[in-house]
Amino acid sequence: MSKVVFEKTKGLTNKEFSYCPGCTHGIIHRLVAEVLEELDILDRTIGISPVGCSVTNYEFFNCDMQQAAHGRAPAVATGIKRVRPDNIVFSYQGDGDLASIGTAEIVHAAHRSENITVIFINNGIYGMTGGQMAPTTLVGQKTTTSPYGRDEKHCGKPIKISELLSAVPGATFIERVSVHNPAHVRKAKKAIKKAFEVQIAGKGFSLVEFISTCPVNWGMKPQDALNWAEENMIAYYPLGNFRTPEEDDK
Amino acid sequence: MAKVMMKGNEAMALAAIKGGCKAFFGYPITPQSELPEYLAKHMHKHGGVFLQAESEIAAINMVYGASGAGARVMTSSSSPGIALKQEGITYMAGAQLPAVIINVMRGGPGLGGIQPSQADYKQVTRGGGNGDYYVIAFAPEDLQETVNIIKEAFDVADQYRNPVMIAVDGLIGQMMEPVDLDIEVPKRELAEKTWATIGTYGKRPPVNINSLFLDPQGLENHSWNLAKKYNTIKEKEQRYEMVNMKDAELVIVAYGTMSRIVRSALEELNKEGIKVGLLRPITIWPFPEKAFKEIPESVKGILTCELSTGQMIDDVKIANNGKLPVGFFGRTGGMVPEPEEIIKAVKDMLGGLK
Amino acid sequence: MMTEKIICAGFGGQGVMLMGQLLAYAANDNNLNTLWYPSYGPETRGGTANCSVTISEAKVNSPVISQADSVFIMNSPSLDKFESKVKPGGRILINSSLAEKKVERDDINAYYIPVNDIAYKLGNPRVANMIMIGAYIQLTQLFEKEEILKILRKSFGEEKAHLIPINDEAIEAGKKYIQENYK
Repeated sequence: MSKVVFEKTKGLTNKEFSYCPGCTHGIIHRLVAEVLEELDILDRTIGISPVGCSVTNYEFFNCDMQQAAHGRAPAVATGIKRVRPDNIVFSYQGDGDLASIGTAEIVHAAHRSENITVIFINNGIYGMTGGQMAPTTLVGQKTTTSPYGRDEKHCGKPIKISELLSAVPGATFIERVSVHNPAHVRKAKKAIKKAFEVQIAGKGFSLVEFISTCPVNWGMKPQDALNWAEENMIAYYPLGNFRTPEEDDK
Repeated sequence: MAKVMMKGNEAMALAAIKGGCKAFFGYPITPQSELPEYLAKHMHKHGGVFLQAESEIAAINMVYGASGAGARVMTSSSSPGIALKQEGITYMAGAQLPAVIINVMRGGPGLGGIQPSQADYKQVTRGGGNGDYYVIAFAPEDLQETVNIIKEAFDVADQYRNPVMIAVDGLIGQMMEPVDLDIEVPKRELAEKTWATIGTYGKRPPVNINSLFLDPQGLENHSWNLAKKYNTIKEKEQRYEMVNMKDAELVIVAYGTMSRIVRSALEELNKEGIKVGLLRPITIWPFPEKAFKEIPESVKGILTCELSTGQMIDDVKIANNGKLPVGFFGRTGGMVPEPEEIIKAVKDMLGGLK
Repeated sequence: MMTEKIICAGFGGQGVMLMGQLLAYAANDNNLNTLWYPSYGPETRGGTANCSVTISEAKVNSPVISQADSVFIMNSPSLDKFESKVKPGGRILINSSLAEKKVERDDINAYYIPVNDIAYKLGNPRVANMIMIGAYIQLTQLFEKEEILKILRKSFGEEKAHLIPINDEAIEAGKKYIQENYK
């Protein structure tokens, strides 16, 4: 008789991921879905899909979903949570969505300490539209709209969302994690769990930022992209916890 | 119940509560700010949610979320704020979400002014955002009609799963009139919102609120389904009033505050023996094309009167279909005419027709 | 059928909007049709303010008043702006404490009432508008003093109930001024 050593989480549908080889969306989707299942909140969760590569992730998460306009997921989440406070509400957003067009919405959701959880994917580039520069693109990094490398004199230094939101009094839980190796994947899952626990406890706004990759638009093989993320992205975007409710309790 | 004196914006807010509104998301803008102020004070007493958003864009997207989660929800704004909300409105039309949107219109373009205007006619009646869609748009002329329509509008929005806009000018928002908030309005048979995202609770498969159709055939099918719905609305929801039509030589088409000024002008003209009728659209989308079939043979021309440089006149010309000469009188930018100006425009047009 | 069209004009802070509202409330209490419409926006903040009220046995149509039956003038700039709005044979009630000029037209009835001076003598400069209301109801006999006081009582509530007597005195003083000076 065979023993089950790994089972796909109920938090995901059977739909096959449409993401590019080496993209970390798949890992992060699985982690979020596992946490929803493990915390036994899947059947009362409402997720919000962004505009970007994960625009159709309503096909993958096995819970009620709403698809939002570009950058507006935190506002949509606010609308849902305010009329359904007993449901669990999360938004899933990329860096073009959250850190560029949706800065007002994310800052004010944090500022109001909306009792929602935000999954923020930072891969330093616009993936879906074909590899344009994001606010999070590193200085010197080449994209289709920074063909000579990002020049900080021309378009500034990359925006650090976790640090920025940590300065907002309403932000309850902020952590930056990475999924470039198994040890970090395990750490990342703990952060996601913590973020949802903050929401379950009604403690307010939680966000987990993921350092992610885009092998296709970075022009790298998947493993090279993971190495590049570790060497360059994490050097600029330090991992770690920026805000926890315990800190505030002290 | 006895009539109470209320400011237009406050009466609209109370009408929303009476219509079962359970959530309001908005952003301050003149001349509608008394509306969110009233709801900030009273919404919680009726078990509802009031939240001031960081922008009009955020507010309409909160409306999207709350409506998608099954709540009766409303937002309000004024012309440039409505322009900002168009993003969320087209998403709601695409995702077939109901909501009531109040537009207390002011002058434009750009920042424009803050005085009464009807220069949003095209913004209101042409969908307003991207794609093949419309919002159902009511344009009442006094407070009693406005509150009755708002109470009914939540049912209309739910029935068709489509945003409904109440387009009034700043004057209606700012004025006070006696109004009875407890007049019964027609109730509609509404289906349960099985599409709403409220959590599966293990009872049904997950649902999704969405306006994205990456497959062109899928989007075409969706668009034709919407078109079918809009045709039903055009057939069933046209609303208008015909005034003084018997033996009329001329018909004025006017709505909102303009139609009230026209009514005063008609009284004076009647005293002089000049017979002029009023065709008053109550819905501006669907435009009451049916009313034009009721214009009597005695009529020699149509005068369109608007608080704009001429927007509804296009719909009047389409409905008239070349049958009668169509003239125009308008004031804009926040200027509101006196009845005498209408009387002069009528006489000028009749002079030209003879 | 009776129709009375009124324009109230003055500085922001003189209670001009309230004057119009009181008349509209009184009209509603008497089951008359009425419509009150204010000027609004930045111009009302410290600048000039005005509102119009229509009271009628018939349905009120146009909210815009081109020719008013009665015009209240609470300051000098308002006289320049609104004298032309009085219909021939109509009345204009002027706060002669602040508007020193006389009307230029001879086809209207002008009443000069030093409402600020009277209010000062009563010991509360803020009731100048209520003196004007007193003068108006004396001239038109449209409403009773008690009807106006009833609305004020409701609007003031417990908190401001102590202000009722001074408002009562002010309305009375306005009525008396008309009785004594314009027989």
